Amino acid sequence: MFDLLFSLFVTTILVSLGYFFGRRAEIKHFNNLVKREATMNKLPAMASRIPPGDGEYDQYLVSGSVVIANDYFKSFVAGLRNIFGGKVRTYETLLDRARREAVLRMKEKAQALGAEAVFNVKYEASNISGQYNKRLPVIEVHAYGTALKKQF
Amino acid sequence: MLISNLEFMTGKKVIKHLGLVQGSSVRAKHAGKDIMSGIKNMFGGELTAYTDLLQESREEATNRMIQQAESIGANAVLNVRYSTSSITAGAAEIYVYGTAVVLDMNSDDFSQ
Repeated sequence: MFDLLFSLFVTTILVSLGYFFGRRAEIKHFNNLVKREATMNKLPAMASRIPPGDGEYDQYLVSGSVVIANDYFKSFVAGLRNIFGGKVRTYETLLDRARREAVLRMKEKAQALGAEAVFNVKYEASNISGQYNKRLPVIEVHAYGTALKKQF
Repeated sequence: MLISNLEFMTGKKVIKHLGLVQGSSVRAKHAGKDIMSGIKNMFGGELTAYTDLLQESREEATNRMIQQAESIGANAVLNVRYSTSSITAGAAEIYVYGTAVVLDMNSDDFSQ
């Protein structure tokens, strides 16, 4: 009985910690993303494989990646969702954040090279959480593409 | 060495295809960092230690691919792809592959 109460107590603590800190971090991250995306708008990332045919470009492979972890609250909610099924919004926002962050990092590298656009952008996402904490997913999102810099 | 994930280099002619080149790297996590990341895991957010680790790993895999391409006399690798797979708990394999080619660096071929 005591064991059960204790584990319930620990879970409650973890869930509320995850809720308060995780939510705060998420809102902060989203605000940061919006701000950086606005400054990066002039450097478009495209999925197109064919670069514009108006001359020669220097091509560089650029990539950006981010490893992002789910907080305890999100995992808890996702666990409840698993019972009833439906949209798991807590995971959607997590992956959305990770993808946007990875693309921004890629664009920042392209900008440092003086490129004008990034072509043939590919995403890959992989779960690297391993066997021990399957309930707390750790996801890596990697975005890469070819930065094009006009030759003069 | 020119590397690109497009199928060609703009304005440069491919003289010779040399086939597939690849590089891979398997990295495991540092135990201390793993514990710190475990704590951070509770609150969510980015795990910077892992981001750096995978970035390093990716660079090493790419360097191995470049070495292989150089050893067969290529001057560019085109259509590069990355893939990641987690093999066991705490270790991830990064794999990178592409087509090694010889480009004519002096050509001015706009036909593409």
